[in-house]
Amino acid sequence: MALNPVYRTPLIARPTEELREKLESIWADPPGLYGWLATTDHKKIGHRYLTTAFVFMLVGGLEALGMRLQLAQPNEHLLPPNLYNQFFSMHGMTMIFLYALPILSGFSNYLWPLILGTRDMAFPRLNAFTYWVFLLAGIFLYIGFWNGKGTNVGWFNYVPLASRPYNPDWNVDIYSLGMVFLGISTTAGAVNFIATMFRTRAPGMSISRVPIMIWGTLVSNVGILFAVPAVSLDFMLLWCDRRFGTHFFDAAAGGRPLLWQHLFWIFGHPWVYAIVLPAMSIVSQALPVYCRRPLVAQPAVVLATILTMVLGFGVWVHHMFSTGLPVIAMGFFSAASFVIVIPSAVSVFAWVATIWTGRPVFTTAFKFFAAEVVLFVIGGVSGFMTAAVPLDWQLTDTYFVVAHLHYVLIGINVFPVIGGIYHWFPKMTGKMMSEKLGWWNFWLMFIGFNLGFFPMHISGLLGMPRRIYTYPAEIGWGTANLITTIGSFVFALGVLLFVINVIRSLLVGAKAPANPWDADTLEWSVTSPPPSYNFAVIPHVATIHPLWEGRLEGETLSILHEGPVLDHEHEMPGTTALDAEPDVILKQPSHSLVPLCMALLIAGMFVGLLLEMWWVAAGCMLAMIPALLWWFWPRVETGWAVRA
Amino acid sequence: MRRSIAIVFAFAPCIARAASPMTYMVSHGPAANPITALGWGLLGLSIVVAAFISLSVLIGIWWKRDRGEYDEVGWPVLSRGRNGMPWLTIGVPVSIVLLLLSAIWTFFVLGATAAPSKTPAITLVITGHQWWWEVRYEREGAPQLTFDTANEIHIPVGAPVRLRLMSADVIHSFWIPQLAGKTDTIPGQVNLAWLQADKPGVYRGQCTEFCGLQHAHMAMYVIAQEPRAFNAWWMAQLRDAAGPPAGLALQGQSVFQARCAICHSVRGLAGSQGVLGPDLTHLMSRRTIAAGTLPNNTGDLSAWISNSQSLKPGNDMPNEDLNGPQLQALLAYLQTLK
Repeated sequence: MALNPVYRTPLIARPTEELREKLESIWADPPGLYGWLATTDHKKIGHRYLTTAFVFMLVGGLEALGMRLQLAQPNEHLLPPNLYNQFFSMHGMTMIFLYALPILSGFSNYLWPLILGTRDMAFPRLNAFTYWVFLLAGIFLYIGFWNGKGTNVGWFNYVPLASRPYNPDWNVDIYSLGMVFLGISTTAGAVNFIATMFRTRAPGMSISRVPIMIWGTLVSNVGILFAVPAVSLDFMLLWCDRRFGTHFFDAAAGGRPLLWQHLFWIFGHPWVYAIVLPAMSIVSQALPVYCRRPLVAQPAVVLATILTMVLGFGVWVHHMFSTGLPVIAMGFFSAASFVIVIPSAVSVFAWVATIWTGRPVFTTAFKFFAAEVVLFVIGGVSGFMTAAVPLDWQLTDTYFVVAHLHYVLIGINVFPVIGGIYHWFPKMTGKMMSEKLGWWNFWLMFIGFNLGFFPMHISGLLGMPRRIYTYPAEIGWGTANLITTIGSFVFALGVLLFVINVIRSLLVGAKAPANPWDADTLEWSVTSPPPSYNFAVIPHVATIHPLWEGRLEGETLSILHEGPVLDHEHEMPGTTALDAEPDVILKQPSHSLVPLCMALLIAGMFVGLLLEMWWVAAGCMLAMIPALLWWFWPRVETGWAVRA
Repeated sequence: MRRSIAIVFAFAPCIARAASPMTYMVSHGPAANPITALGWGLLGLSIVVAAFISLSVLIGIWWKRDRGEYDEVGWPVLSRGRNGMPWLTIGVPVSIVLLLLSAIWTFFVLGATAAPSKTPAITLVITGHQWWWEVRYEREGAPQLTFDTANEIHIPVGAPVRLRLMSADVIHSFWIPQLAGKTDTIPGQVNLAWLQADKPGVYRGQCTEFCGLQHAHMAMYVIAQEPRAFNAWWMAQLRDAAGPPAGLALQGQSVFQARCAICHSVRGLAGSQGVLGPDLTHLMSRRTIAAGTLPNNTGDLSAWISNSQSLKPGNDMPNEDLNGPQLQALLAYLQTLK
């Protein structure tokens, strides 16, 4: 909201060296520590999300290796039960909340403005804020682990085991408050992505020309907006039960333990889709690049993505088939769970058709994406089996489900993520990754994964329950578990090779050209790595494949090298939601410490709540008032009232 | 359809049976048999689908990969590609039909297993505790036949048994894989389930909802017997413990009253009505102790009494600090609880 609206028609021009220098001086962060802490550059925030989430994944992976050592043989005594329970709970929490979504937010943060042909996210300071909250919430969730106070009831934290009488220490308090804390980051991030999608696309990028990569994340974030409130409420109620003696879940006082499960899974199942749909859309975006053709049936895949999320809100009870619900109700949720297979089938057939009718180039990234298709189907069919209510009475809470969820989460999240890094690493860093190391990286991960997780199906069918820290020798689970442990270490070796490849490539990798893979979307039209302002002139988009259209359509329709200059302040175009008609010039805020301050105040508040130091919590909340005033204080240089 | 599935997987059940007493890919009663068939059926379908897609991907990668033109960097020339839509226009409808058939089969199985075909005469009230199972036997119209036991469940062959599932503390899940699917025990509600064994035998089960430190050590056994043997067992369980023993066992009885009776019941023994731990009236009739953790023999019983916290860390039974003669006397007494 500019104080004095200025009506201005932006200059249309070709980029010059002079312009680039001017834009660089406008968009580059100030030097030094201040610039590092105050940056709102989506690319730096994206890097941070990727790195932080990956570090959390390594930590969660080490926890998993500890568990696998304990389970390698019957009757082992490596991890006592109280430690084992924390290991599997922290592992689940870490992978699902601190790795799986944040890593995808990392991709989206980095890539969205570049793919959309603009210069930053819709709300740059909110973007910085979501990262700081994620980082601080992640640290908060880990503060108890080193001295035995890590969460210990599993990631879905069933009451009454998570209630105070059965869990009097801080373990679950940290988890409860940490989850509410983290939910702030997730929700704010979702708002930002949705606004970015509908307001900042390059002129001409009408809704039918939006690349599929964007759709997956958009749909995921709309889902998050509806799902996360349920889990934040759930953990808040639990914390009230634990700290103030309310009785939401206390059966003895008229509460209902099942209320926890309903609220958790109303969130939990859509969340599963929220953490796989963006990864699936990475595959849909990048796999065709290596097949040397556009994705088959792109509109159908987009619609399937949307349908999956919608149906995803109607299947949560399939996590609760053994809780004694009425048979009719279970029948409904069973049917819904069968139906949700259909949109997944659309995606799978579209990928297979793309591979089949394309001419694949066998790069490392392609291998990861092709592997995703196979692993998705294996994880999908085992999920389909659990949709059958009576069969689920047998399968649920056995290692069969553990196998299923790892095929889904590693197959559809980790494999596309690693493939996505191989694909976009040149863009992000300006360096090529080693394909030779990539070959070893892929095969170690693929073989290790299947060697480790496929036998879990067998131990599950042999009746091994989840979350047991040991098992007797005579029960016949030893062989499958030993193979699983060996496989998990091979897989870990593959991940280690990936880390080595990243570090090696950063140090001595070959210099990357702008478009090393001959890909189709706008991020490949700028230098690798992109300049701080992304695009010197704002492109005009005429098709869904701006960089391919000369070869696919016979003529170049999009205009990439001449466009609005927008070189006054942090400016980018605001366009209409559906047609992406130029509408306004968005004058974006630049670097600021206020997001970090707000995140620190929220962290202080949660620490105060955890320690029951109410004055700390209240002080932090009061301090948020000036911080928010600082954040929202009207400034001449920001706003949107300048008409294009 | 079931026959063809049975032929396809003719060998698999044998392998599964040999592999683990906990596998649900073989079953021995009408509450589980239709589920087992469904399980093999859907597993077979799943394997076929996964194999088909995997092969399609592999063939798609290698087939035609090296034909056609290349650009200046040696990559295949970008093109619109051949029409890939038949994969969707055929693949998706076929998937829908398979899903529909699977759903219909599922609902038939759900109908067949949700409730027994005839009303059970026997009801077991099963209460999950951290970390053992309390079992109360009730017979329709005969309240005088009610008694309590723990962790080991005897049932008559060929008759359905009603389960009323409850919890004394946190959520557990009751599961005898070869007889029925699992049903949770949830505080504040009673869940109904049923099971039936069609042939005599010992069926192992285990808690399957994470319930704390010793979730791993919360097993139970179902022993299916011919009706005559079962009735004899019931009558034996119904009796109080045998009268005052003699000699060493008598000393052991007073040790028991002093150290054990506050938590454990022995029916017929004065001052022994504890309800925190399992009823021990007929302890020696059970095969295992500590919810399937140890075999029930003198050595393990002795180890359990003096050192339960290292055998099952965190369980509610403290290590009993008994001297040698006290322990011997107590063991002698426990031997009388047949």
